[in-house]
Amino acid sequence: MNVGNFPFVVAVLLVILGFYALLFKRNLIKMVIGISLVETGVNLFLVMLGYRSGGAAPIYTYANPGERMVLPTPQALTLTSIVIGLATTALLLSFAVFVHRHYGTLDARKIKELRG
Amino acid sequence: MNTLAIHAPVLLVAVPLLGAFAVPLVGKLGRGVRDSFIGLIVAVTAALAGLLAADFFAGSGAPSVYVLGGGGFNLPLPSGMSLPIRIMFEVDGMSAFMTLVTALVTLAGAYFSFSYWRERSGGSMYYSLLMLLTAGIFGMELTGDLFNFFVFLEITSIAACGLVGFRVWLKRSQEAGFKVMTLYTLSGILVLLAVALLYGQHGGLNIAFLAGQIGTLGASIVDKVALGLLLTGLAMKAGAVPLHMWAPDAYGEAPAPTSAVLVVNSQASLYGLFRVLFTLFGVGTALSTNGWILIVFAILTIFVGVTMALVQSDIKRLIAYGAVSQIGYMLLGVGVGLVRRASLLAGGGSLASSAGGLDYGFVAMQGGIFHMLNDAACIGLLFLTTGAVIRASGTRDLNKMGGLAHRMKWTTIFFIIGAFALAGVPPFNGFASKFLIYEASFKLSPFLSVVAILSSIMLLAVFVKAFQGAFLGPKTSLADAGEAPLGMLIPMAVLALVVIAFGLFPGFFVDKIVTPAARALWLGPSEYIGAVLGGG
Repeated sequence: MNVGNFPFVVAVLLVILGFYALLFKRNLIKMVIGISLVETGVNLFLVMLGYRSGGAAPIYTYANPGERMVLPTPQALTLTSIVIGLATTALLLSFAVFVHRHYGTLDARKIKELRG
Repeated sequence: MNTLAIHAPVLLVAVPLLGAFAVPLVGKLGRGVRDSFIGLIVAVTAALAGLLAADFFAGSGAPSVYVLGGGGFNLPLPSGMSLPIRIMFEVDGMSAFMTLVTALVTLAGAYFSFSYWRERSGGSMYYSLLMLLTAGIFGMELTGDLFNFFVFLEITSIAACGLVGFRVWLKRSQEAGFKVMTLYTLSGILVLLAVALLYGQHGGLNIAFLAGQIGTLGASIVDKVALGLLLTGLAMKAGAVPLHMWAPDAYGEAPAPTSAVLVVNSQASLYGLFRVLFTLFGVGTALSTNGWILIVFAILTIFVGVTMALVQSDIKRLIAYGAVSQIGYMLLGVGVGLVRRASLLAGGGSLASSAGGLDYGFVAMQGGIFHMLNDAACIGLLFLTTGAVIRASGTRDLNKMGGLAHRMKWTTIFFIIGAFALAGVPPFNGFASKFLIYEASFKLSPFLSVVAILSSIMLLAVFVKAFQGAFLGPKTSLADAGEAPLGMLIPMAVLALVVIAFGLFPGFFVDKIVTPAARALWLGPSEYIGAVLGGG
């Protein structure tokens, strides 16, 4: 199935949505969600770079003889970046937990001891 | 070249990484065993960095390639083109120089930590993160692959934020941790997007291969977007104004020995920035525009950093803003070099002959790069002394401190040395590198050197205020703690000796280690590319 440029559009939409959440939402959890969305958009972009219509998965024993296998590099990159994204999201959320414990709020406007 | 020196690039990443994951286990055997284990790992890492640098600077100066898995790495395609495929490390003058800077500060920081955390148990995780950060920084400086650069960048981000927010019982450190992690993640995403664009355009991730492609084909619009993303992402991670909002929080709220290592982490991003501008996009883009962008970043960083330092009453945050401003001097030196290099190239001048040390562009590069080493030493020293001061007085507020000089003679002396060095007072090392930058940027535009000199003078005023607030005055009840323990004084003394040595014999160090590093960037990407594409 040929999907054309549709996934690229989705990737850009995800990134824009993510930046919107990051810039205009004042709740720390929503900001983390925003970052996660931007990451997902970039990951989708990476996967799309490696997509070739009609290509077979690069597993030697699975592909039929004569079939063309896609280069697995972008998929390896995406996997790595997903794992990194998991680590950063976990760390961000645990910071949010501790911020809530100390400040009693998740509103970024009220968490401002570090100014100037 | 002996076997150990050949394998040093990979060992520099592997040894601290092993240490990071072994520390929690070794910690079960007791504190003494754990501390000696950490001491050993850090010392071995520093020795490896020294070995790598000594080996490189004694050699011909050509970049060397270390391929994981060994063997041939250029895969010939049916079309006749060949692609470098394996994971590789590439060491040139600049990488070797940066490993030295990193080794110096991590060594001092780790040994200082032993006394710093004396009263508190359960610090195994702290050392884990510290070593993870070290491994990531070394990886960024040595890797020859753009995607691996991103991975190491994220390793440093995660480890650095873990350290910033390590003291979960402090309110401010959690706020700082969240803020820093958000911005680090954002800068990581920008870099990843740039890597994806470059991969989509050229089908490779090796820095030398990409540089070769961009050099021969010229930079397309996609390449230029990638360059913009890399510039923004790496400038953000380096803490250049106007993308600096995380930097004072991170340096200010992290435990004192970590702040010093965080500065080196910022410098590693700066190294990435220079690598991108001089090697990856060394030919084929508007070099002089890139240079002016760096200079604008630099002037803003120098000026805003120092002015913000003036109004602080929290000693740690004051030093943190000082650290931000110093990043500007490095950017200024290298930016001036880049602009001059572009005009030399446009005029058909020879880069190789101008690298003799006479051309002002090359002098600016030497100054900027030398300042990385000097800044690491003196800002490291200042952060360590601040740690000792805060520990002794129990407060960070300059208005509540005072009279510490009566009890902490050595710490006072080390603070004076660090402050004078950072403000660029002769005969300390800050003067040696700042003087090169003033001199060379004056040639490009007197305005640049006026801002740089004025900011240095203001920085001196900042440190006079901090010194007066913390150390002078009558003995107060706060100042009963006495001198810092020997375990803290020795790392400070080592850094102070480095500061003085670099200040007294700058010519020797510039010749031996700074010139090869500046040369590696100045001469452009051809040697760097040749080492990969011409080999195996």
